[in-house]
Amino acid sequence: MRAKGVDDLSKEHIDMNVPVIEMRNIVKKFGNFVANDGINLTVHKGEIHAILGENGAGKSTLMNQLYGLLKPTSGDILVRGQKIVMNSPRDAINAGIGMVHQHFMLVQPFTVTENIILGNEPVRGIKLDIQKARQNVMEISQRYGLSIDPDAKIEDISVGMQQRVEILKALYRGAEILILDEPTSSLTPQEIVELIEIMHNLTADGKSIILITHKLKEIKEAADFCSIIRAGKYIDTVDVDQVDENDLASLMVGRKVTFKVDKPEQAPGEVVLNVHDLHGLDYRGVEILKGLDLQVRAGEIVGIAGIDGNGQTELVEILTGLRKATSGEATIKGVSILNKSPAFGFRHGVSSIPADRQKHGLVLEFSIEDNLILQNYEEAPYARRKILQRDEIGTHATSSIQNFDIRPSGSEKRAARTLSGGNQQKVIIAREVQNDKDLLIAVNPTRGLDVGAIEYVHQYIVQQRNKGKAVLLVSFELDEIMSLSDVIDVIFDGKIVSSIPGGEADENYLGLMMAGGAKE
Amino acid sequence: MKNRKSLLDIISESTFIHIIMAILCGFIVGAGFLAIMGLSVGDAYGRLLSSVTSLKGFTYVIVYSVPYIVAGLSVAFSFKTGVFNIGAEGQFVVGSMAAAVVGIVLGDLPKPVLIPLCFLAAMVMGGLWGVIVAFLKTKWGINEVLSMIMFNWIAFYLSNFIAGIPGIKNEGSAEATRNISENASMLFPKDFIRSAGIAPTANWGILVAIAAMLFVWFVINKTTLGYRLKAVGFNRNAAEYGGISVNASILTALAISGALAGLAGALQLMGMGNRISIFSSQEGFGFAGIVVALIGCSNAFGVFVAGLFYGALMYGGSKLNLVGAPTQLINVIVGTVVFFIAISAIFKHIKNMKIRARAKEGIK
Repeated sequence: MRAKGVDDLSKEHIDMNVPVIEMRNIVKKFGNFVANDGINLTVHKGEIHAILGENGAGKSTLMNQLYGLLKPTSGDILVRGQKIVMNSPRDAINAGIGMVHQHFMLVQPFTVTENIILGNEPVRGIKLDIQKARQNVMEISQRYGLSIDPDAKIEDISVGMQQRVEILKALYRGAEILILDEPTSSLTPQEIVELIEIMHNLTADGKSIILITHKLKEIKEAADFCSIIRAGKYIDTVDVDQVDENDLASLMVGRKVTFKVDKPEQAPGEVVLNVHDLHGLDYRGVEILKGLDLQVRAGEIVGIAGIDGNGQTELVEILTGLRKATSGEATIKGVSILNKSPAFGFRHGVSSIPADRQKHGLVLEFSIEDNLILQNYEEAPYARRKILQRDEIGTHATSSIQNFDIRPSGSEKRAARTLSGGNQQKVIIAREVQNDKDLLIAVNPTRGLDVGAIEYVHQYIVQQRNKGKAVLLVSFELDEIMSLSDVIDVIFDGKIVSSIPGGEADENYLGLMMAGGAKE
Repeated sequence: MKNRKSLLDIISESTFIHIIMAILCGFIVGAGFLAIMGLSVGDAYGRLLSSVTSLKGFTYVIVYSVPYIVAGLSVAFSFKTGVFNIGAEGQFVVGSMAAAVVGIVLGDLPKPVLIPLCFLAAMVMGGLWGVIVAFLKTKWGINEVLSMIMFNWIAFYLSNFIAGIPGIKNEGSAEATRNISENASMLFPKDFIRSAGIAPTANWGILVAIAAMLFVWFVINKTTLGYRLKAVGFNRNAAEYGGISVNASILTALAISGALAGLAGALQLMGMGNRISIFSSQEGFGFAGIVVALIGCSNAFGVFVAGLFYGALMYGGSKLNLVGAPTQLINVIVGTVVFFIAISAIFKHIKNMKIRARAKEGIK
């Protein structure tokens, strides 16, 4: 039941005579590599224009050129009919372009307010007028329905909240043209509905939005037009009303894509993860887990559905050894892993795909091959007598890159930083799946990935289940939870409030439970 | 064939070019100062060059360089592991003093026993000085830069105190320790020095510096320990998530870094100083190590070359007054080099401006 606003189908709010952005025949080369090969894009006033393409297709490169972060090798950029050369994001901001990046550009120890006003601070005399700033931020936040705690520090708030801050930051700067790079990847279904409403409010106000996304469903719901890029080449621009999701998917990957996950019936085995009456505090020291019970058996996927901020983050942190619980039990095959180190959990069978892949999942400066042995660097065959065995490490990387389709191939020695988000995620998944532990914890494993990559990730997760491993899936993607889980546990206010077989789940019921609706 | 290509790759790496450009800038600014003072740039730089290229001068450069190289390795090691060992100065001082005490008190031991023992004492003390700071950081979260600066002063006064203890203090009028035993000295045999015409303080220290360089390179690049320390240095969240103990890594990193700085102190004493003065101010070998690590890009081989460069400047600089130029000119040059390394992004910018200018011409 996603919001289908009235203006969804009509395009009255678009002024087709006024192109606000024109990118003409944009070519961007990095050395010999052609990231953008003659791309054309026209966005009109009041339009939501989606840009669709696989990971590494060149979407971000294109948008970085529009935002002044990169300069085109050739081609022109016109803003409101004026040809402009952008040397830095400052020029783009002055031209009325705002961008919300997929990987947030926030100052971690600063508060929400401080981050939003950064570079645009209201002052009284020479003094920062933080009260006024706070007020301004609250106004915008309320106007667009993005509720936030203006005084919380970024390092303390969830990925979903950080995303809101990024969106607010662009709005605060009065952007007329908003570039949203994967804006919904960390939002809950309810938040996505709200965001789409906000986007429609903005376009009704005469603003234009460029939406970079892999999510076909959102393109159908939000966008007016959609331009497709494949392998750096411009494929087509389509009227979203004239196509369906399958058309879009095929245009994007250049082949047929299946959305169904093949999951054979399988009886679950013994209990692997047993969590009982778990209590824990959040970053503020407020109790957020209030007696949580959870069981994951061998050969089953348990999906945790819930709205961000109901204790999922803390649950995962406790299970992976990053946070202490105040009371309760958590065991892997009978061994307590509560209040132990991450290494202890790993030794006793916990592997995990973390929510924040750049913070927890990877050492970005390390090469791919070094990232692939992050937990095993001391073990044979990667090390013998404390000496790293480069040949073995390289061979392992080569096979991982091949088996997990990490692109570009031959990137064993390249720093993880140089890979696209989706391929970074594949590196983590390759590592964690090959660790082959009894329990795999996957947190938003497909965040920011395109349908092609999502297909792979889902296959690997189901494969672990089929091999008899226990899988705990925490995701804000209700679709993902519903299509993968054997059991769906709904988390609300620090407890599991409902546990239902995956096959019987229904989006409305889950949504109600997630919002704290009582069991009938 | 393959080797030659990779060498070319290393040279063409932008950071290397940046360092060279920073050094050039240092000399240009130095030349500017000379010109303002009305001195001949050619004379001064000519003297600098000629004083380090003679056989005797060159051996002096090597002797001068050894403590800088090893102190530089100490700081570079800490940089690689995400800690900034500004405490190398204090570790150098306590290492030097530990070696002196052993070299004086146990002076009767034979050379092959005494020299390693002096090294060991210096490394243990230097390492301990690092570990205490690391412990304060990991246990109570005390900022390591602050405590290291404090520990530099503690080391300074401790050294002055020990140098004044009867039995250690010089029996003559000098405000210094006694000379260390002949058996703790690393000097080449006197006859050899005289006949070869090399610097009178020529000593074996450079071999230890080479060994230290290989050690650092090996640990950082080849061992699981280096992997762990680097992972913590680059991203301690991911390292912790991956099961690496961050606190243990910081302790280990500062222990090794401190031991290297302590070793540098011992090398200075046993190769050149022969005794430790009661200082009126900090000598600055450890701080010089920071400069050397920066110039050497925290790379073991780079630090070795940077240490030689630094030693050459220090030795050549001491000869500048022969042409009437102030020796402080060297400090100006070194300061400028560090400044330009710190803002080396500017060199990238120059390249960008060129590209932009060319692009504009192309448009026309």
